[in-house]
Amino acid sequence: MYAIAADPIDAAAVTAAVADPATGATCTFIGTTRDHHDGRRVTELEYEAYAEMALAEMRKIGAEAQRRWPIARVAIVHRVGVVPIGAASVVIAVSAAHRGAAFEACHFVIDRLKEVVPIWKKERFAGGEVWIGSQTGRRFPSGDGG
Amino acid sequence: MIIHLRFFASLRERLKTAALDRELPAGATAADAWAALCRDHPELEPLSASVSFAVNREYVERGHVLRDGDELALIPPVSGGAG
Repeated sequence: MYAIAADPIDAAAVTAAVADPATGATCTFIGTTRDHHDGRRVTELEYEAYAEMALAEMRKIGAEAQRRWPIARVAIVHRVGVVPIGAASVVIAVSAAHRGAAFEACHFVIDRLKEVVPIWKKERFAGGEVWIGSQTGRRFPSGDGG
Repeated sequence: MIIHLRFFASLRERLKTAALDRELPAGATAADAWAALCRDHPELEPLSASVSFAVNREYVERGHVLRDGDELALIPPVSGGAG
């Protein structure tokens, strides 16, 4: 299951999507929106995606995880639009025969997602709003290449 | 040739549009397209070091040569996920 969703994410459904009788471990990561950043009280977050490319990149990350670890299935769902504080903005589930691979692959998927998937987060706070990443971000792919 | 430009997040807001078509000379690269955009919108120049490029939904280096009809996305630093 790979999806960009405008509605609240059902973490149980994402977890169920990787169920497999050959597995003994499922690791589900739920990324939720936080009420503070850089000492500021955040009131709301909004996510924007380049949806067609984001989905393709999410599938590539899942495939890469499957090449690097002995895992069974991967599911990634990212929410877009306004997400209230405390709600899930991303849910990742990985199933494997054993827990070590499930934990490691799940960790890899969220880290990689934050690096390469074209999704942007805007924080709203009392008195303003800002796109996160634009201030300190780096290019991808790295390097100049002419 | 015509290149279909796509803008997101901070870039979309600065340009007040999500997409526009631009004529570029044959052989133009992603970097050339960005430079042309900066000539029209000098306020974008400070973003030059941080913008990434994707052609037809694949990341490319700035020297990637464009072809007529390509979709070129200008991608500000990404910030998806949480936690």
